[in-house]
Amino acid sequence: MTASPTLVEVEEAVPSSAPPTSGRRILTTVTRDKGALACLVFLAIVVLMAVAAPLITKLSGWGPYQFDSAAINSDLGGVPHGSLGGISGSHWFGVEPQNGRDLFARIVYGARVSITISLSATLLTGILGVVLGMLAGFYRGWIDQVISRLMDFLMAFPALIFMIAILSSLPSGNRPVLLVVVISAFGWPYLARVIRGQTMTLANREFVEAARASGAKDSQVVFREILPNLRGSIVVMTTLAIPGYIGTEAGLSFLGVGVSPPTASWGQMISSSVSWYSVDPMFFAIPGLFLFLTVLSLTVLGDKIRTLIDQGEAA
Amino acid sequence: MMRYVLGRLGGVVLILLAVCLFTYLIFFKLSPDPAVMICGKTCTPERIDSIRDVLGLNQPLLTQFWDFLSGIFVGRDYGSVHCSAPCLGYSFQTNESVWSMITARLPVSITVAVGAAVLWLLVGVIGGLVSAVKQGTWWDRSAMGLALGGVSVPNYVLALLLQYVLVVKLQLLPFPSAVPFADNPLLWFESYLMPWVVLAVGYACLYARLTRSNVIDTLAENYYRTARAKGLNGALIMRRHALRPALTPITTIFGMDFAGLLGGALITETVFGLNGIGKMAADSIAKNDQPVIMAVTLLAAFFVVIGNVVVDLLYTALDPRVRVVSS
Repeated sequence: MTASPTLVEVEEAVPSSAPPTSGRRILTTVTRDKGALACLVFLAIVVLMAVAAPLITKLSGWGPYQFDSAAINSDLGGVPHGSLGGISGSHWFGVEPQNGRDLFARIVYGARVSITISLSATLLTGILGVVLGMLAGFYRGWIDQVISRLMDFLMAFPALIFMIAILSSLPSGNRPVLLVVVISAFGWPYLARVIRGQTMTLANREFVEAARASGAKDSQVVFREILPNLRGSIVVMTTLAIPGYIGTEAGLSFLGVGVSPPTASWGQMISSSVSWYSVDPMFFAIPGLFLFLTVLSLTVLGDKIRTLIDQGEAA
Repeated sequence: MMRYVLGRLGGVVLILLAVCLFTYLIFFKLSPDPAVMICGKTCTPERIDSIRDVLGLNQPLLTQFWDFLSGIFVGRDYGSVHCSAPCLGYSFQTNESVWSMITARLPVSITVAVGAAVLWLLVGVIGGLVSAVKQGTWWDRSAMGLALGGVSVPNYVLALLLQYVLVVKLQLLPFPSAVPFADNPLLWFESYLMPWVVLAVGYACLYARLTRSNVIDTLAENYYRTARAKGLNGALIMRRHALRPALTPITTIFGMDFAGLLGGALITETVFGLNGIGKMAADSIAKNDQPVIMAVTLLAAFFVVIGNVVVDLLYTALDPRVRVVSS
C-alpha cells in the first residue's frame, strides 16, 4: 500500500508544553467533587473486600464455600427461607438457592477475582501497549509495519467470540492467568495505536531534536524525552480500560468460560442466578448491583481524570 | 483513489487469510479430536481412523487448510456427504452444512441488530444533540449522568432486570421469542423490544456522550462563528455548519460498531434465548462443534474487516479535511 488517508489536523492532538497535571492536583479536585468522592469511597470498600476477604468472612461467620442447608427450603426446590432471598442477621446478603452458600462471602471473594484479574490485565496491556506502540512510532520502517499489521490483525478479530472459543477449548489449567493473557492479547492494540501516533509526532518535536543534537542515545530520548510526555495518555487510557476489563471478566464468567467453580466470581454468580431470577430476584440483583456500581465508579473517575488532564494540557 | 481502494482490498484479503489460518491452527491444536467426538463412547481405533479419513484429518495441515479454503468457493465432499458451494464446513453434530445453519439464523440476528442500531442511533444522536444545545442545564446534566450509568450496566444484568420487572412482575411484555413479523406484527414488536433495548443501551449512551462533545466542539469553531456573524438562518447553520462536521465521526464509529455486532449480540441473544447467530456460536462453543465456531469467527472477522474499509472510504467522502495522500 502506497497511500493512506491522513487526518490533516492531527497536529492538534499533540500535548502542549504546559506542565502535566500532577497526581496531587487530581486527587484534591476529585475529593472536592461529591459524586467522584462517593465513587472513590465505594471503590475503596471493594478493594478492602478484595484484600481482606478471609478476615471479613471470619467476622460475618460464613465462608464462601460453606453450605447452609438450614437456610433453604428443600421442599420448594431449594428456595431460600424468608423474604428477599434469605437476608438475615447471619446471612447479610441472603443465600444462594439450592445449596445455601452465603452471598455476602461470595461477593467478598468475587471482588478478589474481579480486582486481581482486571488489574493484572490492565498492567499487562499497559506494558505491551506502551512498549510496542513506542517501538512502532519511534523506529517506524519495517518495525512499524510488522507491529501495525499485527494490530490490524488483532483488531479485526471478533474478540468476544474468539476469547470464548479459545477459553473453552483450552484445558482448564490456571483459569485466572489464562483470562488475563487472553484479555490482554486482544486489548493492547487499542492503547498501542494511540501511543504510536503520539510517539510519531513527539519524535519530530524540537526538544527531541535538541536532545539528539546534544548526543543523547535512543534509549535516553525514549525514556527521558518521549515517555514523560505520554504520561497523560497512558493514565487516561488505562483508567478507562479497567472498568472494561472488569466487565469482560464478568461477561466471560457469565458465559461459563471464565473462572471455574467453586471459585466465586460476580459474573458467574449472575450466570447461575439466570434459572432462579423469577423466584429469587435478589440472587441476581446483589452481584449485578456490585458489578454495576464498580464499573460505574471506575468510569466516572476515569472520566474525571481525563477531563482534568485535558484541562491541564490545554492550560 | 482507485489504487488506494485496490490496496485496501488486498489488505482485506490478507487479513482474512491470516484470521482464517490462525483460527484453524488454534482450534486444531487445542481442541479435542473431532473424530473422537463424532465417534462417541463405543469406538474402536479403526473407526476413529476412518472418520479422520473422511474429515481429511489424516492429511498434512496445509492440505487440510487448503481443502477448507477451496471448499468455500467450490464446495467439498466429506465421504458421502456433499457440502455445496459456499462450504464453511459441515457440522456432524447437527448433520447440517454450516452455511445453511447460518442462513437459517440470519433473519433473527439481522432483526436484533438492525432494530437495536436504529434505536441507539435515534436515542444517542438526538439525546446528545439536545444536551449540547442545552449545555449546562439540568437536562444536560441528568442526561449525561444517565449516559454514564447506561455505559456501565452489563447487558446481561439489564436483561435479567428488565425480564423480571416487565415480564414476570408487571406482565407487560411476553417472553422474547423469534416471532416472524408476518405472523403477528404486534407480538413481533413486543418480543424483540427487550433485546433491542438491552443491546442498544450501551451504544446509545456512548453515542450521546460523543455527539454532545462533538457538537460542542464544532459550536466553538471559527467557521461556525463566521456563519452566525454573516447572519445565516439558524436551522441552516445548525444543519450545515454544526451537524455535518459533528456527525461525521459518528457515522464512522457506527459503521465499526454495526459491523462488530455479530460478536456483540452474542450475550443478548443467549440471555433471551433468541436463536440467532450469536446464540448458535455460544451453543456450538458449549458443544465444542468446531466447524461452526470456525465459521462464525470467520464471518464475524469478515464483517469487521469489510466494515473497516467501508468506513474509511465513507470518511473520505464525508469529511473534506481528510485527503488521500499519495507518497
